[in-house]
Amino acid sequence: MDWLFFGEISLAGLAMGGLYALISLGFVIIYKATKVINFAIGEIMMFAAYLFLAFAGGMEMSPWVALPLAVLGGSVLGGVIEKVMIRPMLGESSISVVMVTIGVASILVGLVELIWGADPQLLPSFLPRKPVFIGEMYLAPKIAYGFLIGAGLLIVYLLYFRFSRGGVALRATASDQAAAYSMGINVRRVFNLSWVFGSLAASLAGVLVAATGGLSPQFGAIGLSVLVVVIVGGLDSILGALVAGLFIGWLETVAGAYLGGEYRMPATFAVLAVILVIRPYGLFGTHEIERV
Amino acid sequence: MRIGDAKQSYEADEAIWTSSTQKIWLAIFLLALAVFPFFADSYLLYMGCLVGIAVISTTGLNILTGFTGLISLGQAGFMGVGGYTVAWLSLNTALPFPVTLLLAGLLAAAVGILVGLPSLRVKGLYLAIATLAASVFLHFIFAQWESVTGGMGGLSLEPAHLFGLTLQSDFEMYFVIVPLAVLMVLAAKNVFRTRIGRAFIAIRDRDISAEILGINLLRYKLMSFALSSFYAGVAGGLFAYFYRVVTPESFPLSMSIFYLAAVIVGGMGNLLGGILGAAFMTLIPEVLNLLTAALTPFYPNAPIFMSPMLEIIFGALIVGFLIFEPHGLAEIWHRIRRFFSLWPFRN
Repeated sequence: MDWLFFGEISLAGLAMGGLYALISLGFVIIYKATKVINFAIGEIMMFAAYLFLAFAGGMEMSPWVALPLAVLGGSVLGGVIEKVMIRPMLGESSISVVMVTIGVASILVGLVELIWGADPQLLPSFLPRKPVFIGEMYLAPKIAYGFLIGAGLLIVYLLYFRFSRGGVALRATASDQAAAYSMGINVRRVFNLSWVFGSLAASLAGVLVAATGGLSPQFGAIGLSVLVVVIVGGLDSILGALVAGLFIGWLETVAGAYLGGEYRMPATFAVLAVILVIRPYGLFGTHEIERV
Repeated sequence: MRIGDAKQSYEADEAIWTSSTQKIWLAIFLLALAVFPFFADSYLLYMGCLVGIAVISTTGLNILTGFTGLISLGQAGFMGVGGYTVAWLSLNTALPFPVTLLLAGLLAAAVGILVGLPSLRVKGLYLAIATLAASVFLHFIFAQWESVTGGMGGLSLEPAHLFGLTLQSDFEMYFVIVPLAVLMVLAAKNVFRTRIGRAFIAIRDRDISAEILGINLLRYKLMSFALSSFYAGVAGGLFAYFYRVVTPESFPLSMSIFYLAAVIVGGMGNLLGGILGAAFMTLIPEVLNLLTAALTPFYPNAPIFMSPMLEIIFGALIVGFLIFEPHGLAEIWHRIRRFFSLWPFRN
């Protein structure tokens, strides 16, 4: 076995996994606060990446201006989706809400195709091109710097939720909605903010992933991998999102490199199936006890 | 004028057709279905067959999702099992057409039971994701098990034979698909008049209470999976005979979502809703097609916008129905019916 090759593949996989962790964090934030499983997260990422394409490519802005603008656009989109389509579904069964997000995903795919066309596109490159070596192992610079930016936001998020007022409100709402409400927390606003923050994380990851792998209206399929990550990690666990994100990213890349691209999805979904059977609430998720 | 039904026995209450008006309209509808192919052109016939297949599959998914409350993203996968079964059987054996169709349903049901097994431990969205995993695995098997499924190229079928006839054209397929669809919807209707169907509904409404009432959850959930996938398998088999080719891409994930959407748009837990939803969702793209064709002389770019518009309309229908009309087309239908049966009084 070629250990150098394995090491390089693993590194690339872990870097990809870092981005998965970031997207999953966005997913978990939304789920924790609002109990909505967001099937449209891949499409929100895609939309932000297309915005970046429009700002940096079409309007020829500097990528470092376009990136925040695109991420901002993605988070506004998340907020609008919550306000217009998820809010009216408050109190409906979770199946219905999930179907709404699936519908939103379909609308976003259609909009993107309508505006930017169905052909795959390349994002203007904005990350440094100097190859990165860790020891003897080579890592593609786009992936490495993408990972660094993503990890940066991840740390900011973790600190924000731990220490800031908004973060505490979010965690309070997640642990007990009624109590949070009676303590004067504006729960509706927290719901909206959770979608904004969740979409922000997803949008940044979307631009970074699209910068390495290209962009097309099918880009949202990445949402399936994210779904695997959050189920394996536990829907309501931030730690789970981080660990499972790294693991699933690594597994996907290694399976793709050693077995062939067609094995990427089955490999991760096999892990998902095993987890569903032995620990349905995920590695770090809360085990809900049901009472009549 | 009929303003209500006075039911004086349990038989009358249990009956499927409660009034003579209903029976007359039903007879007219069935007659219309029977003579439709003699007047319709080939395009309408083609659509008729597609709607028939969609009705069977939607009814199956309605049993599982609408009546038992188990959400499934694996419908396309089960249809694929049915489609590949008939394709393989018709290529490698001399079994007659109805037998292959039956076997397709049974094999799909067996796969359905296997997929349903986690349903004792996980439910709701977790179950949906388990079925999603199943459909990923099934797609993988369709694409990779080349000696049986023909890999990415898929399998091509000969036309089916029935009673010495060759089912070559849509006209002949129509007379297989539509009666079968009617029969299977009727069968589903009857299931919900038995203990099994009532158990499904009890599980949907509150599974823990159902278990306390003596309903074996695993058994009935698996039964629901089996029944639903049987319908999917038969629909997939018909799909294979209709297009006479099956490939892994014939049964994509978006197809599962399409059927879920059909159930929702039609009305969950309502067989009539399933029929309406299936017909509506199948015909929408065609209406858009016609519209595009009509607009092309004025806007030459119209065909380019057709496929994205379809995605947007598809999504907007799901979202719109869930927000504004959660009981779906069936509820609209009932409202219209109530209006006429109560006329001239306001409902």
